[in-house]
Amino acid sequence: METVKPTNSQSVIQATRKKKKLSSDHLMALVFLLPSFILIVIFVYGFIGWTGYVSLSNWNSLIPDFSFAGLKNYLYLFTDFRFQADLRNTLFFTILFIGLVILLGLSLAILLDQKIKGESIFRNLFFFPMALSFVVTGVVWQWLLNPSTGVNLFLKTFGIHPKWYTDTTILAGFKWGQIEFGLPVAMIAVGIAAVWQMTGFSLAMYIAGLRGIPDETREAARMDGATEFQIYWKIILPQLRPITVSVIIIMAHISLKIFDLIYSMTGPGANFVTDVPGVYMFETTFRGNYYANGAAIAIIMLLSVAIFMVPYLISSRKGEA
Amino acid sequence: MVLRSISKPIIYLILIGVSLFFLMPIYVLIITSLKPLEEITLANMWKFPSVLDVSSYSEAFSKLAPNLMNSFYLVIPATILSSMLGAMSGYVLSKWKFKGSEILFTLMLFGMFIPYQSILIPLIQFLREVGLYNTIPGLILVHVVYGIPIATLMFRNFYVNIPDEMIESAKIDGANFLGVFRHIMIPLSISGFVVVAIWQFTNIWNEFLFAVTITTSDQQPVMVALQNLSGSQIVQWNVQMAGALLAALPTLIVYILLGKYFVKGLLAGSVKG
Repeated sequence: METVKPTNSQSVIQATRKKKKLSSDHLMALVFLLPSFILIVIFVYGFIGWTGYVSLSNWNSLIPDFSFAGLKNYLYLFTDFRFQADLRNTLFFTILFIGLVILLGLSLAILLDQKIKGESIFRNLFFFPMALSFVVTGVVWQWLLNPSTGVNLFLKTFGIHPKWYTDTTILAGFKWGQIEFGLPVAMIAVGIAAVWQMTGFSLAMYIAGLRGIPDETREAARMDGATEFQIYWKIILPQLRPITVSVIIIMAHISLKIFDLIYSMTGPGANFVTDVPGVYMFETTFRGNYYANGAAIAIIMLLSVAIFMVPYLISSRKGEA
Repeated sequence: MVLRSISKPIIYLILIGVSLFFLMPIYVLIITSLKPLEEITLANMWKFPSVLDVSSYSEAFSKLAPNLMNSFYLVIPATILSSMLGAMSGYVLSKWKFKGSEILFTLMLFGMFIPYQSILIPLIQFLREVGLYNTIPGLILVHVVYGIPIATLMFRNFYVNIPDEMIESAKIDGANFLGVFRHIMIPLSISGFVVVAIWQFTNIWNEFLFAVTITTSDQQPVMVALQNLSGSQIVQWNVQMAGALLAALPTLIVYILLGKYFVKGLLAGSVKG
């Protein structure tokens, strides 16, 4: 390379320059990506690993103790009244929350799709709770669903006095493990507040989905003599299925992680009727100093999210590539 | 496109009914915050105040003002930094793909769905170790780091739509990696920056778990202070409602002015974009 004939020098210089530029570009790409990559590796994966390690230790006091405890903390949780109640509450809350968010979001999207006057006003109104903090929602709904005031002042005239989040009834309950297994009525109150806040998300998704269906599709079906009902039921709803899957997954992970809304609205509740793993983890770790127990709850939460989030991420990334 | 089974008036009736459900908390929030304390009895919570009393706002403001400032000190740098990091990594992951970059991207994305409880214990140990526990800079670091996945996702999805030909022709004209970023990607992604910034601003402002575990008393952002306000023994509902409104105001204003971008961010969070 050092002894280049004068005639070729031009092209060689160009070639080396191109090579140099390419490699310096790659170096810059590395510089751009590396900070984010390293931060994620440490703060997400490294820390999850560390939490897993803590969950297998005996660190259940103020003084860190990393001696190996095996699955002791996990075994404890699954026999613990409070944690069993948390699992029950989360299960019923998730079903209720997702069901209502989808039903309400889809119905509103279809209604707003009917060439409504003031459509944007309605839309913005239904979206705005999404911009609020769960803490604000919790504070306001705590008062609205307070049994002695709030909406009960209206319901009183109909002779109903729901106890909302103070109700300790477990509907259709039967003894299972330490707990009464069934629908905790108090979780309905929390569900209403959560639905109020999150319906905007499914509505936005469904509106985007409906807009993505070309008018010709509907026209063609109409030409074939389909009724409006049939068009929605047989053509539009099936096309919205991927959106429903996305909404379910996103809402489920929010529901499994939920903490701030419940913490600010009700707390664990009497007999833990509104307790969830997020609240238990926070209280036992940072108020009770049971770090290993808290870490075990966190790992269970993580696994419950990962079970469906990982397949969803992989499939949606594949679908794009 | 009328659903023939339901007529228009019924549709409006349903929509207005649902609107009332959505407005109810806001109505109560506002009228309660404007009542003098003696008028807040359980029986007349729905009634309009007889006199408009804004003293609850001055009281709530005097209690929350330091925390509101904390929130601004937190949110502004955290939003700017995480948008920048997101733009940088989104650029590489969309226009400078390499072997394994898709897997790397998916691994990064997972970070936005984890329950933060699962990293909280080591995070706090780490922040104590480096002296950032109970500081606003500590919270900024946390929000920047955990904002990387969503910001990267948003920018990557934005940049994917910029045609490769533009970049190729810029390269032929002698632009390098940085030149393309500065002269093509950034100018074309101004609205992308707005979406990401609004999304990060709203999320970080509203965030509670990190705020309540990483900071105490005078370092706390406004949401924790609001929560503490409701935890005090004598609940002054008017002050609390005024406080809730004050705490929500910045994100509400952003939503009212730039709602379109907020909804775009909302949709981008569902991964497929």
